[in-house]
Amino acid sequence: MQAKVILKVATKSIMKSRMRSLLTALGIIIGVSAVVVMVAIGDGAQLKVEQQIASLGSNLIIITPGASNTGGVRGGSGTFNRFTFDDVDKIKNEATLIKGISPVVSSRGQVIGGVGNWSTTINGVSPDYLDIRAWPLQSGEFFTDRDIMARSKVCVLGTEVVKNLFPNDDPIGQLIRIRSVPFKVIGVLKEKGQTSVGTSNDDVILAPSKTVLDRLSGGKFISSIQVSSVSSDRSDAAQAELKSIMRESHKLTPGEADDFTIRDQSDLTEAATQTSKVLTILLASVAGVSLVVGGIGIMNIMLVSVTERTREIGIRLSIGARASDILIQFLTEAIVLSLTGGIIGVLLSFIIAFILNHYTDQTAYIKPQIIMIAFGFAGAIGIFFGFYPARKAAALNPIDALRYE
Amino acid sequence: MENIVIKTVKLTKTYKVGDIDVPALKAVDITIEKGEFVAIMGASGSGKSTLMNLLGCLDMPTSGDYFLDGVNTSKLSKNEYADIRNQKIGFVFQGFNLLARTTALENVELPLMYDRLGKIKDPQKKSIEALERVGLADRIHHIPSQLSGGQQQRVALARALVNSPALILADEPTGNLDSKTSVEVFQLFQQLNNEGITVVMVTHERDFASFAKRIVEMRDGKVIRDYLIKDRLNAEEEFKKIAADALIA
Repeated sequence: MQAKVILKVATKSIMKSRMRSLLTALGIIIGVSAVVVMVAIGDGAQLKVEQQIASLGSNLIIITPGASNTGGVRGGSGTFNRFTFDDVDKIKNEATLIKGISPVVSSRGQVIGGVGNWSTTINGVSPDYLDIRAWPLQSGEFFTDRDIMARSKVCVLGTEVVKNLFPNDDPIGQLIRIRSVPFKVIGVLKEKGQTSVGTSNDDVILAPSKTVLDRLSGGKFISSIQVSSVSSDRSDAAQAELKSIMRESHKLTPGEADDFTIRDQSDLTEAATQTSKVLTILLASVAGVSLVVGGIGIMNIMLVSVTERTREIGIRLSIGARASDILIQFLTEAIVLSLTGGIIGVLLSFIIAFILNHYTDQTAYIKPQIIMIAFGFAGAIGIFFGFYPARKAAALNPIDALRYE
Repeated sequence: MENIVIKTVKLTKTYKVGDIDVPALKAVDITIEKGEFVAIMGASGSGKSTLMNLLGCLDMPTSGDYFLDGVNTSKLSKNEYADIRNQKIGFVFQGFNLLARTTALENVELPLMYDRLGKIKDPQKKSIEALERVGLADRIHHIPSQLSGGQQQRVALARALVNSPALILADEPTGNLDSKTSVEVFQLFQQLNNEGITVVMVTHERDFASFAKRIVEMRDGKVIRDYLIKDRLNAEEEFKKIAADALIA
């Protein structure tokens, strides 16, 4: 028989008992849409996490000084600090894959102002810093390049510092003394919460880099350089570019080891995606169970159908159908049922995803691959659970089948 | 030899019921030539249905040989059996055995669907011709439940004819029909036989057996009598008689 005829016969017998076919397919419809929606929710969550990490600055690349190597004795990280503003300027001028760059001149000190005093970190940075860290201001304003050139004594406070020094007043416009040097508060950062290692991001004061270098840390070297790449997928390329610029800047010969370290946030992204991946797999397998149950439903109905249509099978055999013809006929019916269920299931999942995205705060993101996978599964289930009933039908003896009442 | 459609040599069928062998057919030798109209008669249990199943290649003999249209079927595989049923035999059953909720035309097309040789180019045209031959040209899109018993049996006959088989096998073809309709169906059988088609039928009514040309009587799995009918009934005339009787009554 031609494929076209087989399909026609299968569709016809499915359409003969519409209600039953619909109920049978319902198992697959629910199974497929459950799998697709669950995976879509998982993928949606992952997308959200990725976006959130990006907002924390996933494009962030940190360059820190490397280890010293003097006479064969290697010191720890940061023991050999040669970062200067020259490095920063060179990167700024030569790098093509970066969006922003800021030196970080780190210093600790006692801060006096407002209601008391408080020991905190003071970071000297450039105006790019807020953008690099995706860290908006809560109020006031940030310092500018002019403040850096003029070495202005202005600063921006983290919320933790505000809480300790100005619990009741507006800090903007107030004077604080950092290690006896007076600074004018011009802005307050938005609360950012904990860092990945558990310390507070908000216990910090930001001031112009050169002011901090001259007035507080009293040296000429920079603690680290923070850079943001143009996009997270260009992060690797940006790092390679930074590396060659830094090597050139430090005049390292080809055999010499780097005297700096470049890191990005990909490990953090990876950990977060891993979590949501595990969640997706878990949800999908639970939904997958319902797909299998749907398959068992198909098998059940096909078995009933074979018994019910024993006489029809007998007639077909008596007029010359081979056992393989009968097998193919019933198998095709099972596959048509499950694939139809698959199509309706996918359509249903699109509707559910639409509702989730528009009427709840849940994000569902249906990837094209998952639709193909769901279809593949529906078809495989049709074959797997349709085979046993089909083989049972094909094994019938024509005489017994014809006599069957 | 070319004219022989059926030839059985010591055809034997034994059913196993538990440990006991139940012989249903004991070394039957029958030869049926082309164009014959044979009625196989016998009480139930005489082996006529078993013989019918073997002749129809629905079942395989325990021993003996069966030559159908010159082919020894005893050595064939299950698939070849299926192909023989499709190519060489047309079945007509007592219970019509049409597919329910399927039109007359589709029922008649059914054997052509399993035609592996693809010798028929236009199944639909061929099926309509077969239905015209049994006088149902105006009923081709009716489903069995919209047809009378006689019409259903004629659809079955068209289905048996559509593949131009060497042989039409009819198992109690009028067992479910009243006598007037039965005569009508026999009229068709005789007409087809006159056109040269070989017909073998099983019946237990002697009146209907007289529409055939030859009677084979069976008992206990053996052929006990095999003779030609001298005063053969003409179904057409019988039908006219019945119609006339009905008028008088």
